[in-house]
Amino acid sequence: MSTARDLVDLADARGRAGAKLAVRDLVKTRTSTSGHTLTAVDHVSFEVRAGEFVSLLGPSGCGKTTILNILAGLDAPTSGRALVDGRPIQGPGPDRAVLFQEPALFPWLSVLANVEFALRFVDVPQADRRGRAMKWLENVRLDHLAHAHPHELSAGQRQRVALARALACDPDVLLADEPFGALDAQARELLQNELQRVWVESDGTKTFLFVTHNVREAALLSDRVIVMTRAPGRLLEEQRIGAPRPRDLDDVLVQRVVSEIHASLMKEVDEDVSREMGR
Amino acid sequence: MSRARWVARELGPILAGIAGLLVVWAVAAAIVGSSSLPSPLAVWRAFLDGLGDGTILEAVAKTLIRLAFSFAVAIAVGTAIGMGLALNEFARRSLRPLIVALQIAPPIAWLPLAVIWFNFSERAVVFVAFVGAFPSVTLGTLAAFRQVPPLLRRAGMTLGAQGWQLYRSVIFPAALPGYVAGLQQAWGFAWKSLMAGELIVTGVRATGLGHLLAENQSQADVPALLAAVAVIVALGTAVDYLVFNQLDRRIRARRGLLAEG
Repeated sequence: MSTARDLVDLADARGRAGAKLAVRDLVKTRTSTSGHTLTAVDHVSFEVRAGEFVSLLGPSGCGKTTILNILAGLDAPTSGRALVDGRPIQGPGPDRAVLFQEPALFPWLSVLANVEFALRFVDVPQADRRGRAMKWLENVRLDHLAHAHPHELSAGQRQRVALARALACDPDVLLADEPFGALDAQARELLQNELQRVWVESDGTKTFLFVTHNVREAALLSDRVIVMTRAPGRLLEEQRIGAPRPRDLDDVLVQRVVSEIHASLMKEVDEDVSREMGR
Repeated sequence: MSRARWVARELGPILAGIAGLLVVWAVAAAIVGSSSLPSPLAVWRAFLDGLGDGTILEAVAKTLIRLAFSFAVAIAVGTAIGMGLALNEFARRSLRPLIVALQIAPPIAWLPLAVIWFNFSERAVVFVAFVGAFPSVTLGTLAAFRQVPPLLRRAGMTLGAQGWQLYRSVIFPAALPGYVAGLQQAWGFAWKSLMAGELIVTGVRATGLGHLLAENQSQADVPALLAAVAVIVALGTAVDYLVFNQLDRRIRARRGLLAEG
C-alpha cells in the first residue's frame, strides 16, 4: 500500500534516477557443486527508461537470464543494486510481469482461467475478471480457445496465452526471457509481431526488457540493444535502433544493426578462440 | 466408438478371466469332491444365504465404518506430516527414513502391541489399519510437493501470489496428482491391514468382514468362508477402481497427462 509520503519519495526517486529499471554494479556469483565460485554477472550497470523496449543480447550462459531474474525479484544480487522506479527490488510482484522461456501455464486451469489467474492478486473485482481476461485472449486472437486446456494448444498458442496472462494485470514492466526460443519460425514471427503491436499500442506506458540470443529478433523489436560478453557477463556495447515501427527484418536500418552486432559478437568469439589457442 | 463397444472392450477381457477362473475352480472341485473345496455354486448359495440373513451386509457396513475412520485419520496425520517434511529439510532428512521403514514393515507386526495397548478392542483394529495407511499418505504427500515444477511456483509468484495464496492457488493443485497416487496406495494398505486386524482381534462387538472369515473358519463352513473372501476381494477392487482410478483418470485427463487411446 502506498502512502502520500511514498508517492512523494517515488516521484523524487524517478526524478533523480530517471529510469524505470536500473542495475548498478551488479554482481552475481554462484558456488558450483565442486565448491568453486563462478561469476555469472560481473559488474554490470545499465538503465531502462519508462516506455522503452530494450533487448539484452548475448551468447548462452552470459548471465542475461540471471539479470532478468534479479529484476523480476526471483533472485537476489551478490553485490550491487537492482532498482525499479529507483527503489531496491524486494521480491516478485505483479507490477513486473515475466514471460518465461516456457509458457508456464497452469495445466489444471482452462486457458481463460489461466489469464484470470493474473487478476486474482491485483485489485480487480471478481465480476470484471472474466471480461478482462477474455479481452486479452481476443488481443492474442485465442478467444475461440478460451475453454480449452493448455495441453490442447500448440506451443505457439500456449506462449500467446502466457503473453495474455502476463499483460492482463496491466503491469508497468514486461520482463521476457527468450520466450520464443522454443518455437518454430512461423510461430516465432507471429509472436514477435504480437509483442511489437502490444508495446506500440501501450503508447509509452509499458517498459519491455527482452532477453534473447537472437540478434535479428533483438534488432527487430527494440529501441536499444545491450550486448553482453561471454561468461562472466559484462557489457560489450550498446546499439540504438531508430527505424520506424512496425518493422520487419527486410528493413535496411534493422539489417545494418544486425550486421554490426553480429560483427562485434564474432570479434568477441574470435578473441576468445585466439586467447585459448595462444595458451 | 459406441458406449456398448467401449464396455465390451474394457470389461470383456476381465469377464473372460473371471469365467476362466470359475471353470477351473468348478472342474477342480468336481475332481477333488471334498467339502474343503466346495463348488462355485455352493459358494454362491452361501453368499445368497449370507445376504438373506443380513450377516454379509452388516459385516460390510461395520468394516467400511472402521475403514473410513482409520483412513480419515491416516489422511489427516499423513498429510500434515508429509507437508511438514516437504517444508523442513532437517525434519525430512531425519524422519523420512523412519517413515520409509514403517511403510516397509508389515502393519500386522503392530497387532500384538495394539492388543496389549488397547486389548481386543475396536481401537486395536483401527490402530493397525491406521499404521498401515499413514506412511503411504505421508510419503505420497512429500513426493507430490517435491515434484511441483519450480517454474509454476515462480510463475505464480511473479503474478502476485504470496504465502498461503501461493499454496492454495499453485502448489496444492500442482501437487494433486501425486497426492492422489499416494492415497490410492495408502488405501490398499489400510484395507489389507484392517482385514488382518479383524481376523485376529475377535470378540469385538461389531462383526466385520475379517470376523466373518474367523467365524466361518471356526465352524468349518468353507462355502461361507469363500463367500466372505469373494466379498473382500470384490469390495477392495471396486473401491480401488471406482474411486481412486476414476479420480486419477479425471485429474490426469484434464491436464493432458493420459496416454492416448
